[in-house]
Amino acid sequence: MQLSVLLVVLALLSVTGYYLGRSTAVRAVDGRVVRLHSVPSYHGMYVALWAGLPALLLFVLWGASENWLVMQMALAGLPPELTSVNEQALNLLKADILNLAHGVTTGRDSHAAVKAAAARYVELHSLSRWMLLAIGAAMAMGGLLFARARIEANHRARNKVERVLNLFLVGCSLVAILTTIGIVLSLLFEAMRFFAVYPPLDFLFGLHWSPQTAMRADQVGSSGSFGAIPLFAGTLLITVISMAVAVPVGLMSAIFMSEYASPNIRTALKPILEVLAGIPTVVYGFFAALTMAPFIRGVGQSIGLDVASESALGAGIVMGVMIIPFVSSLSDDVINAVPQSLRDGSYGLGATKSETIRQVVLPAALPGIVAAIMLAVSRAIGETMIVVMAAGLSANLTANPLEAVTTVTTQIATLLVGDQEFDSPKTLSAFGLGLVLFLVTLSLNMIALKVVQKYREKYD
Amino acid sequence: MTDLAQQGSRDMTMAHPKSRYQSAEFSARLRARYAAEQRFRAYGIAAVSLAAVMLVILLGSIVSKGYTAFWQNEIRLTVTLDPAELDPQGTRDPKVLAQGNYMKLIRDALAARFPEVTGRNERRQLADILSNGAPFTLQKMVMADPSLVGKTVPVWFQASDDVDQLEKGYIDRSLPEVQRRVNDLQIKALDSLRQDGSLHAGFNTTLFTAGDSREPEQAGIWGAIVGSFLTLVVTMGLSVPIGIAAAVYMEEFAPKNRWTDLIEVNINNLAAVPSIIYGLLGLAVFLNFFGMPRSAPVVGGVVLALMTLPVIIIAARVALKAVPPSIREAALGIGASPLQTVMHHVLPLAMPGILTGTIIGMARALGETAPLLMIGMIAFIVDIPNSFTSSATVLPVQIFMWSDSPERAFTERTSAAIMVLLGFLIVMNGLAVYLRKKFERRW
Repeated sequence: MQLSVLLVVLALLSVTGYYLGRSTAVRAVDGRVVRLHSVPSYHGMYVALWAGLPALLLFVLWGASENWLVMQMALAGLPPELTSVNEQALNLLKADILNLAHGVTTGRDSHAAVKAAAARYVELHSLSRWMLLAIGAAMAMGGLLFARARIEANHRARNKVERVLNLFLVGCSLVAILTTIGIVLSLLFEAMRFFAVYPPLDFLFGLHWSPQTAMRADQVGSSGSFGAIPLFAGTLLITVISMAVAVPVGLMSAIFMSEYASPNIRTALKPILEVLAGIPTVVYGFFAALTMAPFIRGVGQSIGLDVASESALGAGIVMGVMIIPFVSSLSDDVINAVPQSLRDGSYGLGATKSETIRQVVLPAALPGIVAAIMLAVSRAIGETMIVVMAAGLSANLTANPLEAVTTVTTQIATLLVGDQEFDSPKTLSAFGLGLVLFLVTLSLNMIALKVVQKYREKYD
Repeated sequence: MTDLAQQGSRDMTMAHPKSRYQSAEFSARLRARYAAEQRFRAYGIAAVSLAAVMLVILLGSIVSKGYTAFWQNEIRLTVTLDPAELDPQGTRDPKVLAQGNYMKLIRDALAARFPEVTGRNERRQLADILSNGAPFTLQKMVMADPSLVGKTVPVWFQASDDVDQLEKGYIDRSLPEVQRRVNDLQIKALDSLRQDGSLHAGFNTTLFTAGDSREPEQAGIWGAIVGSFLTLVVTMGLSVPIGIAAAVYMEEFAPKNRWTDLIEVNINNLAAVPSIIYGLLGLAVFLNFFGMPRSAPVVGGVVLALMTLPVIIIAARVALKAVPPSIREAALGIGASPLQTVMHHVLPLAMPGILTGTIIGMARALGETAPLLMIGMIAFIVDIPNSFTSSATVLPVQIFMWSDSPERAFTERTSAAIMVLLGFLIVMNGLAVYLRKKFERRW
C-alpha cells in the first residue's frame, strides 16, 4: 500500500516540479524567454528529474534490501539455539516466519519464539514501509526545492537534462549485454555445480541417460546416469528430419516467390508463409501429438511397419513445417540480394530461367543460403514445445526415425518441471544441457550471422 | 572456277542445309531443357502448395477437433429447494445457505424425475450424467436469490463431460456397454430427457469465464487469458521503452567503435538464442537468486521482455534507419540539440515502424510457452489471477497442460483454446499490417 502511495506521490511531485520549474524559469527573466539559456520546458524537466529520480533510486535500493534486512532483524531476536543451525534448517525457519507473517497456516506447531519473530517481522516490515514513504517523500520534496532554487537565466538546464537522458539511453543499450552475461553466468554457475558431482567427460560422452537419482540411499532403480550422447543423437535425428522437410520446401518456395511468381501471386502467397511463421510452437506441438503422430502410426501399420506413437518422424516433420517460413524468408532475402546483372548476363547467353537460377543465382547466393540453413538448424535444435509434446522421454540411442527418441530441450523441460529439490544432480543436469545447447546454438548463429554480413558486403 | 564455286555456294544457301542448331539432337536437347524448366517451376509450385496444404491441414484439424467446445450440453431438472435442507431456522443467512446440502436436493430431483430407477448403484450412475459442479450451480443460484428457498424451480445443470461428448457424437453408441463411458441406463435417461426438451446444448459460457479445473465441463480459459494479459503488460512495460531507448542510442548517438560493435553482435545473437535458455535464466536469476515468486506474471513478463527485447531493438533500428538524414540535418540546422532532433523529429517519424515491430514482438511473446514452463507458470491454478504477483498461467501453457489430459473433452477444449489464441494473434498481426499500410511512407 505504502509503496503505491509513494509512487503516486513521486509522480505528483514530478509533475508539479515540471510546471513549477517552467514558471520559475519564465519568472526569473520576467517573461522574456529568449534570455534563458534553455527553453522553459527544460527547466521544468530539470526540476521534475530532481524531484523524481533520487527518490526512485532510494525506492529501488530499499525494495531490494528490505526483505533481507527485516528478516535479519527478526532473526536476531530469536534465541541462539534456534538460529545456530545449518543453512537448510535456517531457510526452513525463515520460510516459517514468512508463512506466519503472511498468515498462511503451516499446519505445523510453531515455537513461541518463532511466532514472536513473525510478529516482529510484520511490525518491522510495516515500519520499514512507512519509513520509506516518509524518507522518499521528503527526498522528493527536498530535490524539488533544491532544483527550483537553482533556476536562473543562465542555468544550463538543457545540458543537464540531456546528460541524464543520455545516460538512460546508454543504460538501456547495456541491458542486452547484461542479459547475455546473465545467461552465461547462470548457466556456467549451475553447470559447474553439476560437474562438481558428475564428471563432464562422462556427461558429454556417456552413452546412458537415466536421470532418476536416488532420493534415499536404499532406493532401487535409480541409477542417476547422465550420459548425454543419446540426447544429442536424438536432437540430431529430429533436426535432420526437420531440415529434410524445411530446406527443400523453404528454398524452392523462396525461389518460386522471388523468381517466378508475379507480384500479384506473391502478395497472395506471402500470407501463407507469414501465418505459418506466426503460429505458436505449442500449437504445432498439439498438431504433432494429436494429428501427425497417429497418422504416421496408421500409415506405418498399414504397410506393416511398427511405428512408435511418439516417433521422431512425426515431431521432425512438424518441426520442418514450422521452419519452412524461416528458411524461405531468409533465402528470399539472399536471393533478392543477388544483382540483376548476373541474371541478365546468363539470359544473354541463352540460358533458361531454371538454368540461370541453378547455375548462376544459387551459386552466387550459396553462402547466404548456407547461413540461412545454419540459422534454421539452430532454431530446430533449440525448439522445445514440439518435441516436449510429440517426442518421447526415453533416451534411445537409435538412428531409426520410426522409434521414439528424446532431445536436449525435452529433457531440460521435463527435468525442471518436476518436483525435485533444486540441488539434486537431476535438476542441475538441466543446466549442463542448457549450457551445451547455448554454446552450440550460439556458435551456429555467430558463424551464420558473420557469413550473412560478409555476403551482404560483397554485393552492396 | 570462281563461278562454279559461287554457284555451288549459292546452291548451298538456297537448299538451307541443316545447321547444327536444327539437328534432331539439338531440338531434343532443347526440349529437354524446356522440360527441365517446367519441372523446376513445378517444384516451386509444389513447395508453396505443400506449405499451403500443411497450413490448411493444421488449421482444419484444430477447427474440426475444437469447434464443438463452444457449446455445452445442459440438463434441466425440477428441483424442490427444501427449506429443511437449506435453511432450517429460516434466517436466510448467506453463511447458512452456503452450507446447505445441495447434492441431496439434486439427487431428490433426479429420483423424482426417474422414479423407475431404484437401486443405490443405479441412482449413483444416474447422478453421474450431471457435472460434479451441479451443486455449486444450485448453491450460487440460491445465494443470489434467497427468496427461491421453499419453491420448486426448473434448473439447467451442466451435463457431465461424458454425456456432453456422447451428445456431440464422439462416443459411439453402438459399442458394447462395457467399453462405453456412458452406460445403457444413462443413455435411456438421456433419451427420456431429450424427449421432453430437458436436454439442450447452449453456448459454453463456462469456457470463457472460468479458470482451470480438473473437470472438463467446468474448465475455462479466462484465468489463462487474464494471466496472459498481466504477463504481457509487464513485458510491454519493460521491453518497449528499453528497446526503443537502446535502438535510439545505437542508431543515433553511439560512436562507431569496438564496444558498440560488440553490443550489436550481441543483440543479433540474443535474437537467435532458443527461448528455453531464457527460461533457464529466469529460473536461475530471478527465482533462485532474487527469490521472486514462482508462477507469477511479473517474473514471466520480465523473462519474456528479455526475450522480445532484441526483436524490438532490431525493428526499431530499421525504422530509425529509414528516416532520411535530411530531416536530422534540417533540425540540427535550425539549432535543435541532437537529443531534440531525435525526440521531436526522428522518433515520431519512425514510430509507425517501431509500433509494427513492437506488436509483432508482443505477438511472439503471447505465443511463447517454453520459458514460462521453467519458471513454474505451469501450475494448476483455479482462481483468476488478480495481481502481478499472484500465481497464474498463460494461454499457451494452458493449452500445453490441457493437451496432456486424457479426457476427450479436454482435447476439444484445447483446440478451442488454440482457436482463441490464434484469434488474438491474428488480431495483433492484422493490426501490425494495418499500421504498416496506413503509415508506410516512402521518402
